[in-house]
Amino acid sequence: MDIFIQQIINGLVLGSMYALIALGYTMVYGVLNLINFAHGDVLMIGAMAGVTILNIVQSVAPNLPGIVKLGIAIAGAIPLCVAVNLLIERVAYRRLRNAPRLAPLITAIGVSILLQTFAMMIWGRSPVLFPQVMPDNSLHFLGALITPTQVMLLIVSALSMVALVFLVEKTKMGRAMRATAENPRVAGLMGVDADRVIVMTFAIGAALAAVAGVMWGATYASAQFAMGFVPGLKAFSAAVLGGIGNIYGAMLGGILLGLIESLGAGYIGDLTGNFLGSQYQDIFAFVVLIIVLTLRPSGIMGERVADRA
Amino acid sequence: MASYFDVKSNPRKAWSSIGVLAVVVIAFPFVAQQFGNSWVRIMDFALLYIMLALGLNIVVGFAGLLDLGYIAFYALGAYMTGLLASPQFATVLESFVNQYPAIGNAMVAFFGPEITQNGIHLSVWLIVPLGALLAGVFGALLGAPTLKLRGDYLAIVTLGFGEIIRIFMNNLNGPVNITNGPQGINMIDPIRVFGVSLAGESGSHATVHVGALSMPSVNAYYFLFLALCIAIIFISTRLQNSRLGRAWVAIREDEIAAKAMGINTRNIKLLAFAMGASFGGVSGSMFASFQGFVSPESFSLTESIAVLAMVVLGGMGHIPGVVLGGIILSALPEVLRHTVEPVQMAVFGKIWIDAEVLRQLLYGLAMVVIMLSRPAGLWPSPKHEDRPDADIDQPDKSTGIVAA
Repeated sequence: MDIFIQQIINGLVLGSMYALIALGYTMVYGVLNLINFAHGDVLMIGAMAGVTILNIVQSVAPNLPGIVKLGIAIAGAIPLCVAVNLLIERVAYRRLRNAPRLAPLITAIGVSILLQTFAMMIWGRSPVLFPQVMPDNSLHFLGALITPTQVMLLIVSALSMVALVFLVEKTKMGRAMRATAENPRVAGLMGVDADRVIVMTFAIGAALAAVAGVMWGATYASAQFAMGFVPGLKAFSAAVLGGIGNIYGAMLGGILLGLIESLGAGYIGDLTGNFLGSQYQDIFAFVVLIIVLTLRPSGIMGERVADRA
Repeated sequence: MASYFDVKSNPRKAWSSIGVLAVVVIAFPFVAQQFGNSWVRIMDFALLYIMLALGLNIVVGFAGLLDLGYIAFYALGAYMTGLLASPQFATVLESFVNQYPAIGNAMVAFFGPEITQNGIHLSVWLIVPLGALLAGVFGALLGAPTLKLRGDYLAIVTLGFGEIIRIFMNNLNGPVNITNGPQGINMIDPIRVFGVSLAGESGSHATVHVGALSMPSVNAYYFLFLALCIAIIFISTRLQNSRLGRAWVAIREDEIAAKAMGINTRNIKLLAFAMGASFGGVSGSMFASFQGFVSPESFSLTESIAVLAMVVLGGMGHIPGVVLGGIILSALPEVLRHTVEPVQMAVFGKIWIDAEVLRQLLYGLAMVVIMLSRPAGLWPSPKHEDRPDADIDQPDKSTGIVAA
């Protein structure tokens, strides 16, 4: 039973990070009908920036509480990630909005490789240590352990998602975004500036990825130039699971995928007679993706997407 | 450029240029050998990459389906060769016996003492079709769930598949040892063609004797790979001009219209996927026999990206272009390694950008710059309708967005 609760907690922590990343995919998809392949690398840039900022903060003001230090790291990583993602939009996508489908996908892959290479040149090839600023005394909760970093992660991601919902549902910009996602042509006729909406979407996605990146680094205590690939792939699966294009779907899909992964990793050994172990954790996202695409491509909360060739 | 090889309109010019090309290609290893076997070896790998790029070209170039995990099929072919042409299978049986005695003993009884002792050693004539078949089946399986969906989903699913294959290869060494995990499979048999081992007989210092002729092993492999490349080029060209090839192009340009014209889009797309994958499988088994060793490291995402970059750089859907892209992107990094690093040492006194990083930058830049400025590639197809940028939808004036 303790293991069960422990895996639920781990799943929620992992899932809220997936949700933050999945939101970036799903919002861009909603507006542009395009998968931003370089999104995982924005997360990586966030984590790497977090490392650099934390190292500076550690040497300048070592006595600040851990939460404040991480807060500074997040606040510093957000503008950088936003700048990077807007650059990606500008370079890789804007000129290809009307090109054949394949073109923006290929430039996105290219940009992703370039970002990773630049990160490798700046921060080196091997994983760098993510400074541990939070206290490491685990809290006991219903017989399971939860670290302060994980608590902070849950709070920060909940706050980010509430802020996002407020922005999308209550503000004028949010209404413009929803309108563009619904029908870009009609939204344009109603006076919505499509370019501005697209830029905003990329900026918000990047900000969420920055938060996720710093928290990812803090949770796993390391960061590397290639770290964005696997979380990106999984978050995309989460977005598809929830229904791509739908922000509530992305949140739900992220949390669900986190739970599936951590419960799966906890119990796969028992289920397969120890033939497969927890090192196969990474395949769950993929299996979920295949099942969803086969049975219900629109995901849990999405509209039908099947016939849009 | 293309007119030099147009047999129909200018046969004399075409045949003489083909003759010149043939002489250059055949003489290459003997000339390059003077500067060291490593240059021939680089070319061997370039030929393997060209085979891969031509296979991917069927999927991406002809049918317009983006496959980002193509290297997984290469890996399947390579690992299949590793299991069926090396002592590894004996290890597999042994670990079955240790872990699950009932299944293990049944397998030992089934395969007999010879295989239990020495593993399976199939000939290349069986390995190649098996590799093609295995990869083709996986290709079709992988394409199936995404066929009704847009291409983006296929890209993601293939990306995931490439990663999954790697995870399995890394971890299938326990509890039953099948792939030998991160260490990889060793001592894979070299290829034997008509009784001649292309790695050279033992004690011959890797020299291959064919009749009165003798040459280093790398040259022998060069000619084998060259023959395979020519075969694949021939098959691709014939495919492109066939009913099937036209159906692929029709699907790439407009799937709904293609369907309306009576094309069975599902089967035709699956076929593209399976055929592309089977070329990958064949190159994979060649790679395994050539290296004598496979490990999961050779099949990372970077390799998939590299092959895609070759297709994109050369010209999607244009076979000579893809060959050119393959040569440039597989040989250039090696050339750079020999030039850029010494130059940097001489100018700055230290290496700022090493060749590996430069290679990555090249791949990334190739994809971005080509797609933005020359989407049909460096050597595009002469026929306008065969180019991927042939019909660009008119954007909506008010938003600049094309309705999905």
